[in-house]
Amino acid sequence: MKKTKFDVKTIKRVLKYLKRYRAMLFFSLFFAALNVALTLYIPLLTGQAIDLMLGKGLVDWDGVVAIVIQITVCTGISALCQWLMNVINNRITYGMVRKLRRDAFAKFQKLPLSYLDNHSVGEIVSRLMTDVEQFTDGLLMGFAQFFTGILTILGTLVIMLVIKPSIAFVVILVTPLSLFVASFIAKKTYSMFRLQAETRAEQTAMIDEYIGNHKVVLAFGREDESQKEFDEINGRLGKCALRATFFSSLTNPSTRFVNNLVYAGVALTGAFMVIGSGGAFSVGSLSVFLTYANQYTKPFNEISGVLTELQNAIACAARLFELMDEPNVPSDAEDARVLDVADGNVALKNVAFSYTPEQDLIRDLNLTVRPGQRIAIVGPTGCGKTTVINLLMRFYDVNDGAIFVSGTDIRDITRSSLRANWGMVLQDTWLRAATVRENICMAKPDATDEEMIAAAKAAHAHSFIKRLPKGYDTVLGENGGDLSQGQKQLLCIARVMLCLPPMLILDEATSSIDTRMELKIQNAFSKMMQGRTSFIVAHRLSTIESADVILVMKDGKIIEQGDHQALLSQKGFYYNLYNSQFAS
Amino acid sequence: MKKLLVYLKPYKKETVISPLFKLLEAIFDLLVPIVVKLIIDVGIENRDHPYIWGMCGILVLFALVGLTCSFIAQYFAAKAAVGFSTGLRSDLFGKIQKFSYSQTDQIGTSTLITRMTTDVNQVQSAVNLFLRLFLRSPIIVLGAMIMAFTVSPRNAWIFVVIIPLLSIVIFSIMIKSIPLYKKVQKNLDRVTSVTRENLSGSRVIRAFGKEKNEIRRFEEANEDHYQIQNFVGKISALMNPLTLILVNLGVVLILLFGAKDVDTGNLTMGEVVALTNYMAQILVELVKFANTIFTINKALACANRIEAILETPVSVERVESVCESADIEGSSVFFQNVSLTYEGDAEPSLEELSFRVPKGATVGIIGSTGSGKTSLINLIPRFYEATEGKVYVDGMDVRSYHPDDLREKIALVPQKAVLFRGTVRSNLLWGNENATDEELWNALEAAQAKDFIAAKEGLDTPVSQNGKNFSGGQRQRLTIARALVRKADILILDDSSSALDYATDAALRSAIKALPYDHTVFIISQRTSSIRHADMIVVLEDGRIVGNGTHESLLESCEVYREIYDSQFRKGGEEA
Repeated sequence: MKKTKFDVKTIKRVLKYLKRYRAMLFFSLFFAALNVALTLYIPLLTGQAIDLMLGKGLVDWDGVVAIVIQITVCTGISALCQWLMNVINNRITYGMVRKLRRDAFAKFQKLPLSYLDNHSVGEIVSRLMTDVEQFTDGLLMGFAQFFTGILTILGTLVIMLVIKPSIAFVVILVTPLSLFVASFIAKKTYSMFRLQAETRAEQTAMIDEYIGNHKVVLAFGREDESQKEFDEINGRLGKCALRATFFSSLTNPSTRFVNNLVYAGVALTGAFMVIGSGGAFSVGSLSVFLTYANQYTKPFNEISGVLTELQNAIACAARLFELMDEPNVPSDAEDARVLDVADGNVALKNVAFSYTPEQDLIRDLNLTVRPGQRIAIVGPTGCGKTTVINLLMRFYDVNDGAIFVSGTDIRDITRSSLRANWGMVLQDTWLRAATVRENICMAKPDATDEEMIAAAKAAHAHSFIKRLPKGYDTVLGENGGDLSQGQKQLLCIARVMLCLPPMLILDEATSSIDTRMELKIQNAFSKMMQGRTSFIVAHRLSTIESADVILVMKDGKIIEQGDHQALLSQKGFYYNLYNSQFAS
Repeated sequence: MKKLLVYLKPYKKETVISPLFKLLEAIFDLLVPIVVKLIIDVGIENRDHPYIWGMCGILVLFALVGLTCSFIAQYFAAKAAVGFSTGLRSDLFGKIQKFSYSQTDQIGTSTLITRMTTDVNQVQSAVNLFLRLFLRSPIIVLGAMIMAFTVSPRNAWIFVVIIPLLSIVIFSIMIKSIPLYKKVQKNLDRVTSVTRENLSGSRVIRAFGKEKNEIRRFEEANEDHYQIQNFVGKISALMNPLTLILVNLGVVLILLFGAKDVDTGNLTMGEVVALTNYMAQILVELVKFANTIFTINKALACANRIEAILETPVSVERVESVCESADIEGSSVFFQNVSLTYEGDAEPSLEELSFRVPKGATVGIIGSTGSGKTSLINLIPRFYEATEGKVYVDGMDVRSYHPDDLREKIALVPQKAVLFRGTVRSNLLWGNENATDEELWNALEAAQAKDFIAAKEGLDTPVSQNGKNFSGGQRQRLTIARALVRKADILILDDSSSALDYATDAALRSAIKALPYDHTVFIISQRTSSIRHADMIVVLEDGRIVGNGTHESLLESCEVYREIYDSQFRKGGEEA
């Protein structure tokens, strides 16, 4: 039952988006109506003109000229109406694209990271780009033609009924057939369009993965295999695209066929009427009727063409709304307070967390950190170090227990003020396609040049930035472009150096930097960490020896806790870890 | 567009049949006004009922034939268009796969992705429309003119005047808007790349609380796109009103001159009706034609962009060259005065490198960030080409190999640990399609990945896109296992243990050493501990080799190496 032609909910939401364009919609409809009236009036005039030329010597010249002038004026007005209507419709639909994209993009900013972590970038981008585009393309066509079509049908019916009800009756008889054909095909094609959209999304995801990581594909010479895999999806897409395209394209010829039947019917009854009425029903009227018969059913073609377009549009809109309906990151509690400057107290109490319900990761984690302490988190890969950071920054919320900063449960603090108190450098460097300056000053756009350069110097990035073609104004390519991994990381460090929040998180911050450089950065870091509560995740024990507390994590639990000397003397897990550094 | 037409070739039959049947349908459409004229001038005039019945029967027959023709045309058009895009996408994917590193760098992945998705879809709809309408419309227009001549040669000049005027209007609007559509597309690309960038950096953006800034940034691109779309829209919206004016001008002329001729007895009423009907048919057809043109217009811009990709040359030139140095004997890799300058860079990234690696040796490459370590190893599989000098692998210039043969010899673990959607098995098989499960487990064991894979679902453990369901360290070990499966002559580890703790790293190194086959190993690392036991260590500084030897000899002779070493072991380094 569900998933038949249109889902009303989606349409209602589309209408809601249209609401803000009420005034424009009104004008668009007004011009459309005027245009339809004139378009219907012109054949009537033409018919009258023809009736004024009955045969040799029977032509009413003055009458013909008067009608011709009327036709000319009507044409002018009609053309103007058409243009204005189109321009307004463009404004509405492009405006909607803009609005939808803006809303979707704003939504992305509010989606929980768990959603973003679980969906490929390509898939989400395809919603924002392709779906929005197809949706509005369909809407544009639909909007322009649907209303005009309905008006034309009604207008024609009224005029025909006024001129000759009996012939109009022939036309009306066939109407349900047209409607039936159109809706039948529309119903059949909706599911095909949906399947096509889904297969397309699957393919886009694959394209994103393989082309995005093209260098790896190349390194393994996997061109042929990935091609095979691609061709499999591609073949499936081809099949369902053929079905969707073909069946949807049947609407037009089918309704045109009905149209032609109407035409023949009008010609037949009309001709007998002319013969039988003894001049009351003229040849001119017949020609008018024939033109109308054509005009009357043509909108059915268009409307049904529009129906398939609209269906595709609605399917795209549904997918878009599905994304928009994803639960947001829960908003800050109403009484959430703004944390001005954290005092540096951090406490984790009985924290439990898992990404998936089946597999718990962190259980019963307890930790108390005093202001200015350096907490080093060490342990084998996959032990939950990065997860701790996700929780501290509130990228994810704890399942159980609580985290306190400055004595307040972080769920009672606004997210933005909480995060503003953390300075974070991650393992995955992220830079935007913009100038070096914009990248460094991201958190503090009003920084002076001196401040920026000081930060870059502190991060030891100044010297390589100076060597770039345009120094700080060099525009970086996508995700840092040609910069080496280490250089990218230096820029990320400079970014944090510039704003220096009261607490720090350094996740493998120096993994791609050579050790000489790292030593220098560490000096800068340790200056920076002075008086600042800092969490450091690193695999190199040398970088964390100076920490106040070392947390040794394994399988989501803290198994050892203490300073370097204390842990070494325990001769436990840390002891082994530390010694392996010098082992060969 | 021309190059793309090749993809219609397998659908020759379809591309002929579809327009042909569309044409047939058009011809029947053109005959309708003649039948109506006969009904008026013969049937009504003579009050001939059976004649009218017969003519209306013919109209129904035409309708039936039209329907059949149309179904056939639609089917073949859809088949050709969808087949066209399927083939095109497949080739495009294949082509992009063959791009070299520097080509991907230059074009940028997000553009490549747009071209493969949005652009191809646009072209597909255009082909479909083109097949159905592009022939039909001009034929109807010309046909209407010819029919006008048969109805009334005296008044057919009106068609001869109006039709060229219509063409001028259509073509000038086209010429004006084509370049604008290119601009629209460019703007759209920008919107895409801003979105991609935002999504891939969501953590950092949130950490800095910059969501609002991001929205503003997106807004700029979004707004630009909006403005230009509206501008182009205004121009293309002219098409229909202008054609309406011209066609109605034609109707007016027919009425005026028709009236004169009817008055003198040179024309019948039915003929005037037929002429106006033909004019009306032209209008209907032109409206469709205009829509077709705009779709095609848009698609042409897309087609050109696709074509540019397809035209990018990828054939790696093979060069025969003989090495005259005696050092080539028994060497696995040999660099002879190699320099590398990336395209668009002023400064070389590598300068005059010369060194020789004997078969079976383990080579450490160390140096500061940006010193050219990755650039150096990228020259071995010929991912980039040396701008000067030569690189030899197994005694042969890399340029004289077939790239597949060359890369077959090399297993690379890239810096960025990338996995692909599938299973652990499907990912590992990248190294060697024919590896047995046992070999895969061996590789996992050597890569220190056996435990966590066994704890999951073994080789069938699913891998999500980009390997997101594994941690960074796990991904790294899996990429190492993937390379080990290949059992290649040369194994390159490009700083690929950075996310591993020391114990795992050490275990990994000894496992690689213990592998039961002979291979040359390149280890790029920041840690001296990872490479100190290598047979030779190459020290890079600013793209130059500043040291080459064993750990002990370098400690004595190479200041840069000593500094690196000291910085890690805190002997004499600055206090942290």
